Amino acid sequence: MISGEFAAFAILSLTAISGGILMLNVTKVVHMLISLVLTFVSIAGLYILLTAEFIAVVQILIYSGAITIIMLFGIMLTRKTDEEEPSAGRLKKGLVFASTAVFAVVMYIGIYRLDLNGDPAALHEDNTEQIGIALFSKHIIPFELTSVLLLAALIGAIILAKKDEEKEEQS
Amino acid sequence: MSSIPLSGYLVLALILFCIGLYGALTKRNTVIVLICMELMLNAVNLNLVAFSKLGAAPSITGQVFALFSITIAAAEAAVGLAILFALYRNRKSIAVDDYDSMKH
Repeated sequence: MISGEFAAFAILSLTAISGGILMLNVTKVVHMLISLVLTFVSIAGLYILLTAEFIAVVQILIYSGAITIIMLFGIMLTRKTDEEEPSAGRLKKGLVFASTAVFAVVMYIGIYRLDLNGDPAALHEDNTEQIGIALFSKHIIPFELTSVLLLAALIGAIILAKKDEEKEEQS
Repeated sequence: MSSIPLSGYLVLALILFCIGLYGALTKRNTVIVLICMELMLNAVNLNLVAFSKLGAAPSITGQVFALFSITIAAAEAAVGLAILFALYRNRKSIAVDDYDSMKH
């Protein structure tokens, strides 16, 4: 008898992995982005399975919404051809694949039987409220530092992407 | 109690991380390399949330840390794209192996 939770986990993880594989094999760059959205959305589903509803909504908002659109802008503002240029040679690809596979096997040996039986916490009850209380009591200093970091990233991105006026006049 | 063991989520995150790593090392388009890094960060977030529910000491802290990591990833995407635009204006190319002016 397959429980509903297991069926949901199997479907969502298969969708996530196939989105990633599709991303590697599709030739058009825009299609790569679209197939990655599949992965992001199914990861949001997995967060719901893990009783992290707030993170699931944030995942859909930030990744499937904001970051994908930002990357689409990046592609549309820079590219001339629609196709991904032929990437590195076969030898380099093979070497990278082999080393990635070795890394995967080593990590798999480390984790495949790992099971830590802790006391289950009631994370699903008032999930957002719990996150808010933890954020503003225990982690208040990292939270404030994050706002400073976001401001710095915003100003830095504007300055970097701005046109260099003096150079334009010189040339 | 959950019927899926912790190792299930960890193995899924490992597979996603390896896909992202392979893409980041082989693709030439800089935007795709950035996107592959986002995929790797997503795998790490999945681990954090899984440990927050099924780890040795389950608590909300894992989810809070995943939120911080999502914030950093968003900032990284913005700054990375800004650097990409600046490079594209100077080099007229977005292939990663054309950015070699710091090579000795």
